[in-house]
Amino acid sequence: MRMTVSDQDLALAAASGDGHAFEALLARHYDRLFALCFRFTGHRTDAEDLCQDICAVLPARLSSYRGQAKVTTWLYRVAHNAAIDRRRRASSYARALDGWGDWETGRQAAMAEDQANVAWLHTAMGQLSETLRDTLALVLDDLTQAEVGEIMGVSEGTIAWRVSEAKKRLREIREKEEAT
Amino acid sequence: MTSRHDDMDFDALKEAMQAATPAPDAARRAENLRLAQENFETAQGSRTAPRQTSIQAPKRGLADGVFQMMTTRLIAGLTATTAIVAVGVLGFTPLGTDLMNSRVSEPEIEERVPEGPLDTAEAPDAEATDDETGTELAADAIAEERGEVAPEPAPVIADGIAADMAETEAPPPALPSPALPMPGQAGNSTVGGLLSASPQLRGGNSGAIIQQGYGNSTAIIAPSEPYIAPDPNREEFANDDDNPLRVTAEDPVSTFSIDVDTASYAIIRSSLQRGQMPDPDAVRIEEMINYFPYDFAAPTEDDISPFRPTVTVFETPWNPDTRLLHIGLQGEMPLIEERPALNLVFLIDTSGSMNDPSKLPLLVQSFRLMLDRLDPADQVAIVEYAGSAGVALEPTPASDRDAITRALNGLGAGGSTNGQGGLEQAYALAGDMTEEGEVSRVILATDGDFNVGISDPDALTDYIAAQRETGIYLSVLGFGRGNLQDDTMQALAQNGNGTAAFIDTLNEAQRVLVDQLSGALYPIADDVKIQVEFNPAVIAEYRLIGYETRALAREDFNNDAVDAGELGAGHSVTAIYEVTPVGSPARLTDPLRYAASDAGDVPAEVSEELGFIRLRWKEPGEDESQLIDFPITDTDTSGTEANFAAAIAGFGQLLRRSDFLGDWDYADAIALATANRGEDEFGYRFEAVQLMRLAESLSEN
Repeated sequence: MRMTVSDQDLALAAASGDGHAFEALLARHYDRLFALCFRFTGHRTDAEDLCQDICAVLPARLSSYRGQAKVTTWLYRVAHNAAIDRRRRASSYARALDGWGDWETGRQAAMAEDQANVAWLHTAMGQLSETLRDTLALVLDDLTQAEVGEIMGVSEGTIAWRVSEAKKRLREIREKEEAT
Repeated sequence: MTSRHDDMDFDALKEAMQAATPAPDAARRAENLRLAQENFETAQGSRTAPRQTSIQAPKRGLADGVFQMMTTRLIAGLTATTAIVAVGVLGFTPLGTDLMNSRVSEPEIEERVPEGPLDTAEAPDAEATDDETGTELAADAIAEERGEVAPEPAPVIADGIAADMAETEAPPPALPSPALPMPGQAGNSTVGGLLSASPQLRGGNSGAIIQQGYGNSTAIIAPSEPYIAPDPNREEFANDDDNPLRVTAEDPVSTFSIDVDTASYAIIRSSLQRGQMPDPDAVRIEEMINYFPYDFAAPTEDDISPFRPTVTVFETPWNPDTRLLHIGLQGEMPLIEERPALNLVFLIDTSGSMNDPSKLPLLVQSFRLMLDRLDPADQVAIVEYAGSAGVALEPTPASDRDAITRALNGLGAGGSTNGQGGLEQAYALAGDMTEEGEVSRVILATDGDFNVGISDPDALTDYIAAQRETGIYLSVLGFGRGNLQDDTMQALAQNGNGTAAFIDTLNEAQRVLVDQLSGALYPIADDVKIQVEFNPAVIAEYRLIGYETRALAREDFNNDAVDAGELGAGHSVTAIYEVTPVGSPARLTDPLRYAASDAGDVPAEVSEELGFIRLRWKEPGEDESQLIDFPITDTDTSGTEANFAAAIAGFGQLLRRSDFLGDWDYADAIALATANRGEDEFGYRFEAVQLMRLAESLSEN
């Protein structure tokens, strides 16, 4: 039964106190949420922790879901805010725990998996600004630019600009690598 | 602008990303899902209740404080969503599970279509909620939405340059305002660096500059947009509906605990000064009134109580047909030389969220101010808590300034917050330091963020309530806006025989920790309760202004096991009733035709009395309460002090949008307060008038 119910129905039922609906909704989206968290953080354990943050606040935020946005849009907005919160807290550590920007992590990941692609991914993501990286993390989820704009609270045009900007940076990185 | 080559890079990135993305850890997945479910249950199961009543069972206090807001929001959500659920089933079911399960992006139009009618169906529903709370909360929820999605014009911009401009004009919400360094850059700087930077930042109303940067939702809060808190989701306030009008014949007795907290006033000030009307739930009128020192008569040798009550009755400024009953308690001021030695344990939150010029650096400076006022016999210890708690300074005589300053400078900001581990250590230290006849106090300084400790709020509350028995007091100092858990602070302070204050500027630190140091640190009376019995032959109706969260049951008055507020040395506390005399045209209820003739039963010699006041208190450290009582007679004289308190009571009611005030407005409050500024040694009353002016201009928008 549950599997055929739409996200919106589940979310609205959960918002009105249905625990089973909440459970089903979260179980349905957890894996994809985790993948998004990974793209936000670039770290497996950080992604798990970020997922934990989101799971902790989600019940309280549920009351703000009023059915006017798509559940995924709403959920990703919560996730994006949680990622910003976590980053802000992490920024006070003496050591920056910024996964994508962490050269050492990228090097080790590449060594472990012996994949030039992974190294390139880390280099690329590490050189993008936080804003561009977050934008890409969402765009890579096959969301439309309008949806990404809604999640990040900016206009669709801004997202379009950011994506083209990110592509430009990627080309520069590629060209630099090829030159060496 | 996008070449095929760019797309190739993009696709390569996407491919690499997909290859690199690991599968979620199964154990963590189960754990996280369970956590979500637990929080869901807790949010559902908690109940809204006034704090501090005779129901002092384990579940009191913190849990209610923390979840009060959550529950009420949920209720608002319920009323607003009931209709939507019905519509939602019709509108959404055919669409099935959307994009989440498919990897191909779907045309957005399909999803959008059913939302139009939903939005319109929802709006009137939210507004149709009759009671005041409902609409306020609905508005709150709307503001919340607004906070998350910044409504911006969304022109489709193809040109890269134009889009660039759009970006500049509308910075994305993720970016802190320019006033605050970027987290990535400044985050690594040492506390020392922040300290040296902070004085410039703090000059004047620093609160405004710093706090705006903190909001995580809408980019920058322009002063022209009142009512949008920087991050409405994370500030939670403890409050209840206004005390209702009581009919004396039905309910002649009113009982409450005193409240000497001042946090609410400082929060209101901080909101107004950055150009926003405060959340009506943030307004606790008694805390506004009690923020100010009053020049009431101090107790003398003849008083058996450590405080002297002053009662005046005068015409209500906002209603010529009712009267205000003003009760002021002035605490005695023991001689400084005779005071017992103090043991202070600073419990300092050094979690990441404190790393903000308006928090940890301000806190360190505040404590330095306070150190100057301590005696060599006093002892100081510091416990810092973040991911784990640790003793940053072993008990040290207050005269050893170097060691204390070194410890304060060494406080680091990092890690997550766990309130309980730190509290346990602080109480243990305070217990070790206490010798016969000394006063010990734990001073918890935090932005209210108990990230980890909150997972079991009951245990935390129980722990604090149990520590109350040891005679150790607890003060809670709140720092910084945007993340403030005001209700948690209140719950902690009330359960721990303590006070809560909110510190937003160095001036406020000066007031709380220096000017009123003795009052803040030395209690002269514990568990002070006030009970007023009105004479139905004279008073038809009454209502207590403020003290909504301090109501006690009638039988709690004589029950010494029921906790109440503490009165500090030299502090005063004020309570104001608005009373309607029998026969007044302002009476809102009709007299009962068949009620017994009360006047006949009352002995003639007391029939003129307005009522009777009973006060209970305990000497500090004692278990048994003492009682004084006396009748209220109509004085019809109002001094400067009572009039100023009335002006503040009116101001508070305006901010709460109370409907008892009629046409009385901010201009009237300003006139009344200005005319009754009195001595105003520290300029507090002048500042209050400024705030009234700010509120007046903001409310006109």
